[in-house]
Amino acid sequence: MPDRLPATRVFWSLLLLAPVSLAIYATFAVVHYSWNWQPLWNYRSQFVWGWLTTISISLGAMIISVLLGFALMLGRRSPWEPVRLLSSGIVEVIRGSPLLVQLLLGYYIVATALQINSPLLVGTLLLGLFEAAYLAEIFRGAVESIGRSQWEAARAVGFNPRQTYRYVIIPQAVRRALPGTTGELVSLIKSSSLLSVIGIEELVQKVRVMNSASYTALEGFIPLAIAYLIVTLPLSRWARHLERRFAYET
Amino acid sequence: MKLEAIQVTKNYGGFLALNQASFQTGPESRVVALLGPSGGGKSTLLRVLGGLLLPEAGVIRVDDTPLPHEPEAALTTLRRNGFVFQGYNLFPHLNAFQNIILPLQVVHGMTDAQARERAMELLTRLGLADHHHKRPAELSGGQQQRAAIARALAPRPALLLLDEPTSALDPVMTGEVLDVIRELAEGGQQIVLATHEISFARKVADWIVFLAQGRVEESCPTRQFFENPASPLAKDYLAGLSKYR
Repeated sequence: MPDRLPATRVFWSLLLLAPVSLAIYATFAVVHYSWNWQPLWNYRSQFVWGWLTTISISLGAMIISVLLGFALMLGRRSPWEPVRLLSSGIVEVIRGSPLLVQLLLGYYIVATALQINSPLLVGTLLLGLFEAAYLAEIFRGAVESIGRSQWEAARAVGFNPRQTYRYVIIPQAVRRALPGTTGELVSLIKSSSLLSVIGIEELVQKVRVMNSASYTALEGFIPLAIAYLIVTLPLSRWARHLERRFAYET
Repeated sequence: MKLEAIQVTKNYGGFLALNQASFQTGPESRVVALLGPSGGGKSTLLRVLGGLLLPEAGVIRVDDTPLPHEPEAALTTLRRNGFVFQGYNLFPHLNAFQNIILPLQVVHGMTDAQARERAMELLTRLGLADHHHKRPAELSGGQQQRAAIARALAPRPALLLLDEPTSALDPVMTGEVLDVIRELAEGGQQIVLATHEISFARKVADWIVFLAQGRVEESCPTRQFFENPASPLAKDYLAGLSKYR
């Protein structure tokens, strides 16, 4: 899909944005919410710290989840049954249970038993593991959607299984996995807010503290939403760019 | 080349694609055509002969050497052969040129320059030089099949195996592709061809293997097959096919 003319796009965006902003303004006017931004400003450095924490945890967890998700996908397709069973078990248990429980058990029981004391490290690992289970299934769906004839053609030109994945299957599967993967990574960034339960002061936690300390109710949440969008929107944009790069007709 | 199958059985989840198929070609057969009704086992036999499929039972001998069953050795055998499929099976994310170069570099260890030179030589020979940068979706069926033949020929295969290479093509494109195959045969390439184009097989093949219901019903020199087929199934098949042509 080629880019539309920027001018047309700007025009339509503004035209759509105007009524939306108006509606938001009207809603707040109706409930007579009185804004009090002053105390918030005093907490700006805390806010930035929380934001940086969220971003670093998310980045680390993304890298872990993509690598581990790929490994779990290969595991589920392994010719060796114990590997298949183990990978399927990990995926099903992680996907089927709440992240909250995984964080609490993972940090207070498992990490304590292993004498790992860094909540940041444990939180990043657990979040990465959680998303890996979802990514494994997205990757598996993409790989299995490549037709049998491509596998056969790859073998016919003499590729071994590794070369088949590397040169034939993965380049074609990436395109099919991209939209789902982007959604999952955006959701990972937002899930990182749960890490406050193991004592990590990420962005949402900072805003809660800020709100209660300054006796404001909702002020903190608007910059919070914007701070998330600053990361998630470019991520989606970058993914669309990748999708175009991998686009080809079949 | 001498091809030999001894009691070859291949089973697809209860369906016997090959049921103790046995045959032996003459010692100097260059072009072997596999004929027979659809679902009779031609494609399966072709894949087994080229080492792309391993049979559950039986032995294949090429020039009196049995094909290996261990994965590593089977892959080595496979790499000496070239395959062309009914559905072309080019890699859709690569252009025609890359489709040929990639296996040359990755599997056959050619340098980039060698692979490019060889690919361009074949694309030119098959009339695709102007289309080398196009992806499969941008090529016609006939062009895709010629690109697929170029890919199979690029590593100079001992044996070129073609599985109904013209079944998905219209008559004009069929003509283009059959011309290419005939030129290859006349140039000395050893070929195994599964096809429904019996008049082409009659002109180009020197040995015919006729299959029906997973069994080899007849295996004989081309002339003998067309002039005096021994099996009643082959007689019916030939009569049915020549009805409208």
